[in-house]
Order: sequence, then C-alpha cells, then structure tokens
Amino acid sequence: MTIESLIWLIPLPPILAFFVIVLFTNRNKTLSHSVAIGAAFLSWLGGMIVFINAIGVHELGKEPFTSSFNWIPTADTWLKIGVLVDPLSAVVLFFVAWTVLMIFIYSAGYNNFGQPKGDHDQPGLQPHGATVEEHGHKHMVPSIEPMYSRFFAFISLFAFGMLTLVLSDNLLTLFVGWEIMGLCSYLLIGFWYAKPSARDAAVKAFMTTRVGDVFMLLGIVYVYSATGTLSFREIFQPQVLHTLATVPTPILGLSAAGLIGLLLFIGTVGKSAQFPLHVWLPDAMEGPTPVSAMIHAATMVSAGVYMVIRMFPLISLDPRTMTIVAFIGAFTALFAATIAVAQNDIKKVLAYSTISQLGYMIAALGSGAYVAAAFHLVTHAFFKALLFLGSGSVIHGMEHGVLHTGKHVDAQDMFNMGGLRSKMPITFWTFLIGGFALSGFPVITAGFWSKDEILASTFNGHTAVFVTLAIAAFLTAFYTMRQITLTFLGEPRTEAADNAQETHWTMTLPLVILSIFAIGSGWVGIPEQFPGLGGLIPNWFHEFVGSTLVEIPAAVPFNLVPLLTSLTVALGGLLIGWLVYRNVQTAKEDLLQIPVLKNKWYIDEIYDLIFVKPAYWFAETFVYKFMDKGVIDGSLHLVGKATASIGSTIRNYFDLPVINRFFGDGTSIVIKWIGNKLRPIQSGRIQQYMLVTLLVLLVIAGLLYYLLAMV
Amino acid sequence: MVPLSWYLILSAALFSVGLFGVLSRKNAVAILLGIELMLNAVNINLVSFWRYGDVTQMAGQVFAIIVFAVAAAEVAVGLALVISIYRRRNTVIADEIDMMKW
Repeated sequence: MTIESLIWLIPLPPILAFFVIVLFTNRNKTLSHSVAIGAAFLSWLGGMIVFINAIGVHELGKEPFTSSFNWIPTADTWLKIGVLVDPLSAVVLFFVAWTVLMIFIYSAGYNNFGQPKGDHDQPGLQPHGATVEEHGHKHMVPSIEPMYSRFFAFISLFAFGMLTLVLSDNLLTLFVGWEIMGLCSYLLIGFWYAKPSARDAAVKAFMTTRVGDVFMLLGIVYVYSATGTLSFREIFQPQVLHTLATVPTPILGLSAAGLIGLLLFIGTVGKSAQFPLHVWLPDAMEGPTPVSAMIHAATMVSAGVYMVIRMFPLISLDPRTMTIVAFIGAFTALFAATIAVAQNDIKKVLAYSTISQLGYMIAALGSGAYVAAAFHLVTHAFFKALLFLGSGSVIHGMEHGVLHTGKHVDAQDMFNMGGLRSKMPITFWTFLIGGFALSGFPVITAGFWSKDEILASTFNGHTAVFVTLAIAAFLTAFYTMRQITLTFLGEPRTEAADNAQETHWTMTLPLVILSIFAIGSGWVGIPEQFPGLGGLIPNWFHEFVGSTLVEIPAAVPFNLVPLLTSLTVALGGLLIGWLVYRNVQTAKEDLLQIPVLKNKWYIDEIYDLIFVKPAYWFAETFVYKFMDKGVIDGSLHLVGKATASIGSTIRNYFDLPVINRFFGDGTSIVIKWIGNKLRPIQSGRIQQYMLVTLLVLLVIAGLLYYLLAMV
Repeated sequence: MVPLSWYLILSAALFSVGLFGVLSRKNAVAILLGIELMLNAVNINLVSFWRYGDVTQMAGQVFAIIVFAVAAAEVAVGLALVISIYRRRNTVIADEIDMMKW
C-alpha cells in the first residue's frame, strides 16, 4: 500500500465507528467504546506511519504526499478533492492523532465506565451517582453516563471531521471537516441537553461560529470564482498569487488576496474564538467536563489557526489584512488573559487561557511568524489538552469527594478545592507540567520554546504586538499559578476536597502521556543561536515546517531582549501568582475579583444589548405584532370581511327577495292558487267523473279522427 | 250471411245503452248492470271480429271467455261493496257516496 492510499484511509475508521455505534452497538456500552477507541487507534496508527514517512522525505515541502481525483464536473473542468500531507499537515496530524486517541481513552474513564447504573440518572443529565452496599454500609459512588454510547459516537464523528480537515488538499473538504466539527461541537456542548444552560451554550456556540463560517464560505467562493480552483497547491502557484495580489476589489481598497484573506480569517475568528466572536468558548464548558472542553481547547479550535497557517501564502499578500490579523490576535491574547485572572471555575480559567493562547498564534501569524505560530499550535495542543484533561480529573476527584461526603459543593469552583496535591498526585504533577508549559517555564517546558519564538519573531518590527504579548504572557503565568495554588496547594477548603480521590488509570494514563509531550515537543524547535543549548539538538521544526512555504523563512536572529522578557514574565508571573494566592482562603480575599473582569468586560451583556435584545424586539414588535398580526393577519381579515359583506349583500338583495321570494315562495303560491281553483273538479261523484272521461275521450277520438282524416 | 256491420251496430247500440245506464241511473246496482251491458257489447265485438276474420286464430273467443270470468268476479266484488255500503250508510245512491273528494 502506498503512503497516499494510506492517507485516504486515515479518517475512515472514526466515521465507520460512528455509524457502527449509532446503528448497531448503541445498546452495548463495552462494544461501543471498543469500536470507537479501536477506530481512533487505527487512525492514530495510520497517522504515525504517515508522519514517520513524512519526516524521512527530503524536502517534503516541494514534493508532498498528495493524491486527488475528480469529484464534481464544473463546465469543462472538474472540482477535485484529495489528500495532502506536507510538513505542516504532518505535524498537525501528529498532534491530532495523539490527542484524539488520548481523549478517547480518557472518555472511558471520565464517563465512569465499569461503575454501576445511577439511582435516578436519566439521559440528558449528568450522572448523579449510585448507592452501593459494601461491608454492610451504604455509600455513594459515581455512576456511569446514561448516554455512554452516544458520547463515543459523537467524538468519533468529531475525530473524522478533524482528520478530514487536516488531511484535505483543498478548501472544500477542509470546510466540510470544519462544519462537521461545528456540528459535533454543538452536539457535545449540548450533550446534557436536559440542562437549560447546556442547551443555551450549544445554541450560542453554533450561532456564533456560524457568523464566522458564513464569511469563510464567502471567502471560499471568492477564491473559486477568482482562480477556478480550491486546491491549496494550485492557489499557491506564484502566478495565481500574483494575480490575486494585483486584482483590486471594491471593498476597502483591498486586493482580492487581501479580501479573501480577511473573509477566511473571519472564519477563524469564529472557530478559534478570537475577539469579537470569542463568547461561545467559555460557555462551551457546559459540555461533559474534560472532553468537550478539550475538543474546544486542543483540537477543534486549533483548526481555525491551522487554516490561517495553511492559507498563509495567500493571507500574507496584503499587509493591511496582516495588520488586522496581528491586531486581533494580540488584543485577544491580552483581553482573554485579563478575564482569566478573575475566574473561579477551573474550566473557565482554562477556556479563557485557550482564547488567549490562540490569540498568540494569530498575532504571530499577523506578524509573519509562520513557523512560530505552527510551533505554538503543536505545543499548545499538547499542554492545553493535558491541562483540560487534568482539570477534568480534578473535577472528577472532587465529585467523588462530594458523593462520599454527601454535602453538595460546586466541584468546579477552585475556592472549594485546595490541598489536592497529596490526594491526587498524578493529576497534580501532570497538571503542574501542563501549567508550567502554558506559562512558559524556562528551558524544560515546550511552551517556553514556542512562546519565546513568537516573542522573538514579533520583537523585530512589531513592537506594539510584542509588548501586548509580553503582558499577556505575564498574566498567563500569573493566572496559571493562581489556579495551581488554589487547586492543589495549601490545605483543603472543603470536606469534598479532603475526600477527593485519584482517578482511574484510563484518565491518568492520557495525562502522563500528554505531559511527556508537553515537555518534549518543545525540544524539536530550539533556536540554534540559543546560548548554551542551541545547536545541541538541531532546530528540526523550523526547517521541516518552514519548508512548507516556497521560500523557507529565515530563522529569527537571536536577540537577548525577547529572551529576557520571556524569562522575566514567565518566572515573575509564576512567583507573584504563588505569593499572592498562597494565603488566600476564600473568594472574598481575592483582590482580583473586580466586577469588570469577573463579568468578562461585559461583552456578553453588550452583545445581549446590541444583538439579542434587538433581535427579540424585532421578532416581537415588528415581525409578530406589526408584520404578522398587523399586515398579514390584517390583510387576511380584510379579505375575509370583504367577502362576508359581499356575501351578505347578495343574500339580502338577491337571494332572499329574488330566489326565495320569487322562485321559491312564488312557485308554491302559484301552485297553491291553481290547486284551489281546481279543487271543485274533484267532487267525489263517480258518474260525474265518468261523464268527464267520456267527453274527453270523445274529444280525443274526434281529434284523432280529424287529424288522421287529414292525412 | 249477415254482414259484420250489423253485429257491430248491435254491439254499439248495446254499449250505448249500457253507457247511458251507467251515467244516468242513481242506483249503484243499476250502474253495475250498465257495466255488464257494456262488457257484453264488447264480447259481441270480439266474437264477431273473430268469426269474420281468421277463424283459426282463437284469440277472439278466448278473450270473450276471459271477459266473462272477469265480469263475474267484478260483479261479485261490486255487489259485495254495494251491500257493505248499504249496511253502513243505508243508501245505494251513487251521488250520495261522495267521500272521495277534497
């Protein structure tokens, strides 16, 4: 089997698993998760084979693995679809395959596989726990998710969407994968559909990303109408790019390339939760804790950044588009970081940190740092997956404590935690690694290298972006340490935290594996001029991913300022975070619980005021009361009344006098009158009748005789 | 041989006598008598047409016999009615039996 045909097969197992689970195995939980994990494993295996082959190829960027076929005939050409593995998709495939497999394994543990059925669990609600009797006394244990099979079906479909997106060689199938993930995102956020908040969050996520997707689709259509192709490699031909860069458009004076880039970027703004379309992502935490959270942190939202990196040759043509991209990225990075410092929900902190980190990548791309963005995409996927799965593990441990003590506390509020270090050691250490990677803890963690590269890239010529990102990096380190301190260090704040328990191996194993990547994935991209370490390991990532572009971007010249900045903000943030929060016991003591940060700069409220309320007003006052009740119903009533009045006029002036009187009553009156007149003839005297009969007969006979005689 | 027209004249005369009786007599029994005369006039007609037409065809005679039979039955029913009416209303005058009117 050639590598190309293997690439075609990679997305196949998850979609088959989806259909098998939905159609056949949904009653059997063991079979369902076996099918799903088996499929994920097959995809992982295929992905690894492709990846290993890909890194072995010299100059993969010039000669990528690619295979396509004609799909839809369009006039005299064909719309082609196909697969493409170039250095960029190879590294993305690598982390997608790993993280997807990890989610699948983790999901079995998270959904309490092997636990008894809940006492009063029902589909559409979180499992509430089951009572078991052991050694003569009853106690509560976590219960299995009622819709276990459905969950695995959804994440299988999700995996299919992500793999399709990564492996496609054209914008069309990329968009298909993109939308499949949008659907899965909706389904998984609203997985506990009996909770109103989950339903609202699902709708919100779907609607918000739809805004971006419509623009993205416009961009795709524009590309197709301008170039006649959707294939990446054909769009990136120098002469095609040159044409796109020189054709003007009527909008804002942008070139075609600039406008297309902007439209596609708006798609990313929706998918990767950039300001101003970031509002859905924090709400997406309503889904099953770590898994949908991880989908919305490590893989799916990365798709938006991946698309921008993929379309970089096109987007980078217009400097104005690039400025917008850089501005939005940098602003989002700082904006989300400021919100994250005031959140108390362990998942919300990570959600905002995700938005912030995605902003980092976008800002890097806007500054032209193509490789740095890809590098951060990979490392972020690993450590953010780790953090989210870790937070899921924490919540799970807390829920165990809640069930054990029987006292209800919010299992996600960090101010209910504390001291989990000794209760959940594996979760603690892996979470610590993930947190340090997120903060950019120097030298050992992956996050340091990728973040440092971004800062170094933006340092030359993009000072504003550099400063913004540096502040955001400081805040990142600060809120990460706040989170770790509140959750794991100190003493337990509640009984539930005191009774928390380390989770099942199916949950901790993915944590351990991901923590290896959270450290190791940074070492492939150490700059060569880095003091001390540079050159020990060649800067493989830069050369490999850089070769995706026609011209390999030059490595950023080494400069001490960004490195020192990076070191200072990371270590400073961590230290200050620890110093401030080490003694904070309750939310009231937390100085950063400022309303404006707590309420996310009131963005939701503003959107409510600008979009939701007017939409309701429009629906209620204009559409319902004016249009429907007034105009539509009014005209219907008018027609009805007019018809009724015509009818009653006809009735009063025609039907009643003419038909009824004249024809109806008149006929009977006339007949009655005739009858009255003829009445005397019937005298009852038989001889009279006979006489009349005789006379009539004589008349008839005479008549006949006369007539016949005439003939 | 006596020509056919003689028979027919006889028959017509007899029929007229019967018709006059039916129309002019007041007594219901006499009306019945008139009817009998008319029926017999018809019989004469039938028989004479048979005799002067195709003798092998028996229809004229057969019809005459049926008329006898029906006349006998009719008289039986008619007289029974007359007796019945007489018992109830004490009269046999046809003009007085005039309930069948508006």
